[in-house]
Amino acid sequence: MSHIKVELKQEQVAKLKEICKSFDNEAGELINVLHKTQETFGYLPAEVQEVIARELNISVAKVYGVVTFYSFFTMIPKGKHPISICTGTACYVRGAEKVLDEFKRILDVKVGETSPDGKFSLSCLRCVGACGLAPVVSVGEKIYGRVSPDGVKDILKEYE
Amino acid sequence: MHLLVCGGTGCRASASDSIIEKFKTEIAAKGLENDVQVILTGCFGFCEKGPIVKVLPDNTFYTQVKPEDVAEIVAEHVIKGRKVNRLLYIDPTNQEKISDAKHMGFYRKQIRIALRNCGVINPENVDEYIARDGYHAIGKVLKEYTPAQTIDIIKKSGLRGRGGGGFPTGLKWEIASKNAADQKYVVCNADEGDPGAFMDRSVLEGDPHSVLEAMAICGYCIGATQGVIYIRAEYPLAITRLKIAIKQAREYGLLGKDIMGSGFDFDITLRYGAGAFVCGEETSLIHSMEGLRGEPTNKPPFPAESGYLGKPTNVNNVETFASVPVIILKGADWFSSIGTEKSKGTKVFALAGKINNVGLIEVPMGTTLREVIFEIGGGIKNGKKFKAAQTGGPSGGCLTEKHLDTPIDFDNLIAAGSMMGSGGMIVMDEDDCMVSIAKFFLEFTVEESCGKCAPCRIGNKRLYEILERITNGEGTMEELERLRNLSLVIKDTSLCGLGQTSPNPVLSTMDNFYNEYLAHVNDKKCPAGQCKSLMKYVVEPEACVGCTACARNCPVNAISGERKKPHLIDTAICIKCGACIEKCKFNAISIK
Repeated sequence: MSHIKVELKQEQVAKLKEICKSFDNEAGELINVLHKTQETFGYLPAEVQEVIARELNISVAKVYGVVTFYSFFTMIPKGKHPISICTGTACYVRGAEKVLDEFKRILDVKVGETSPDGKFSLSCLRCVGACGLAPVVSVGEKIYGRVSPDGVKDILKEYE
Repeated sequence: MHLLVCGGTGCRASASDSIIEKFKTEIAAKGLENDVQVILTGCFGFCEKGPIVKVLPDNTFYTQVKPEDVAEIVAEHVIKGRKVNRLLYIDPTNQEKISDAKHMGFYRKQIRIALRNCGVINPENVDEYIARDGYHAIGKVLKEYTPAQTIDIIKKSGLRGRGGGGFPTGLKWEIASKNAADQKYVVCNADEGDPGAFMDRSVLEGDPHSVLEAMAICGYCIGATQGVIYIRAEYPLAITRLKIAIKQAREYGLLGKDIMGSGFDFDITLRYGAGAFVCGEETSLIHSMEGLRGEPTNKPPFPAESGYLGKPTNVNNVETFASVPVIILKGADWFSSIGTEKSKGTKVFALAGKINNVGLIEVPMGTTLREVIFEIGGGIKNGKKFKAAQTGGPSGGCLTEKHLDTPIDFDNLIAAGSMMGSGGMIVMDEDDCMVSIAKFFLEFTVEESCGKCAPCRIGNKRLYEILERITNGEGTMEELERLRNLSLVIKDTSLCGLGQTSPNPVLSTMDNFYNEYLAHVNDKKCPAGQCKSLMKYVVEPEACVGCTACARNCPVNAISGERKKPHLIDTAICIKCGACIEKCKFNAISIK
């Protein structure tokens, strides 16, 4: 869990309230609220969760419980270029692990971490459904297919 | 003339968007807008060779089309009527070019029911769905049948749930219909979390209206006016297409109040998953829809009695729904004439792994694994030997050579120690280590276990640790015994389907490939050469010419040696990445 203290600006709090309001401040809409919030803020730090809990009239613990339960939600800011390596079965049998190792080695970060310069973050995801292109890597919105460990350098070069 | 361009996720990742744009500008430049239509479609299934462009009416099938090929297709095929030979599919068995898609081995054995419109219509245009008999089934039901009669048709058809369990769909509807309540819900489970499976996504991307129509039919049958589609947030394209489809259906009065003047109200909303495999389990899914942690609860009560917000809820999978409208139109007898005695109709499989034709296929129940892998799938990649096919994902098991001629249906797969699951089928060849595969699935389960019950939360972790020791060469015979016993206990004592099936990959690989386990434990060897800890890279001094290619490419400088003299790998430094083997032109490096 991150211990970075985040000071929310007034307009950010207003934005959060607006998001909650768009879902009628309904506790049952928590997951949709979190999706929308993460889309807007990039991640869900504790301070953001507190505001949401207040607005939806539920405990912070409940919000935190949901945020940490689902892998889609993150409390750590993603890098400027979030890298995801598909480790679904199809990609696994076609060598995704070696590709992942190469990213870890070059960037010197673990899965779930962001590089110190904030440029790249590394994560694994399970199946984007492009199994015909296995192994698959996505950087931001862009998808790279049939990636080999050798090709990792070239992908990273595109973002230098 | 129609030009169909695949707009599925796989093909879009290879620039099918810009292919469509190019076609449109090219066609416009030649002034052919009135004669040639460029249509974005759902998945053709043949993802291996994407992006796919299909030309109608002559049924020409172009594979791996690039934006730069567009001008040639227009100039040659569209204008002069000459096929662009170099883009035709080549049959891997005889190297012949195939110009008509129906002669492709990939399609020959398929019957498309759930996928009937995928790759045929534009999923973003409701008119095209209607032109293919879309929304006729709901019209027929509302006009001619009572809810009970409709349920009867579904029951007689023999349709069973395509999400994995295989529960009879008609019976499920009947139970939900009999529970009286002021409000009931129809839920579509589109939380396809099984890694390596993309059936539901392709249906939603390629033919979203068929799911909407079936949900309305279900609503009419059970007495629900509200439908909810629970879909993974990881499927942005499917979400976009569903939103468009719901909007169009509402505009046409096919969803909303008083559908087709019948007095029946039904509307559909979307709920997003957030990346939790356990949410495919229906009680977990319902909790997640309520904005809670997606943890399962004991059944009974079944969702049909007390589900979403405590009301009777009927949950079906995407593929199950997609089959419903056709059954209504063509009749229960037609559907039940396809398939085996207890498994009727067809099943969609996502074929992936070490197979030539990766893609989405739909075959009659009872098709054999041999037909799927060697005829439709075109055999194993790079001429390697078939070793196993994993079905049912992390809940399933593997089928081996001895199962090649078993007809695939719900019951035969269970008898073979696997299960249908949602339809992922991952093919493995001789280079895959089955102990590692079991470990891979356990790693997945450990990560995805919700943690509510102890057998699943703690037991699976222990299984994973034992497997890790075995693949590291530290396993013992007692541990092999413990692996099996613990697996059986977890199966018997877990709360929900996830835990009850999670040891299946372990048990099934132990049953079919026990020798591989023994090799890891007794001989400290990995027969497939996959387990890093059990292998050593060595230079064969006779074959090495001292070209230094390996030493220059070693990422950790573990290789030393003078030019033109045999090199040496320092095993203490070597990280076994395999870079040297790939760079060596003289096959002088081997794994021991």
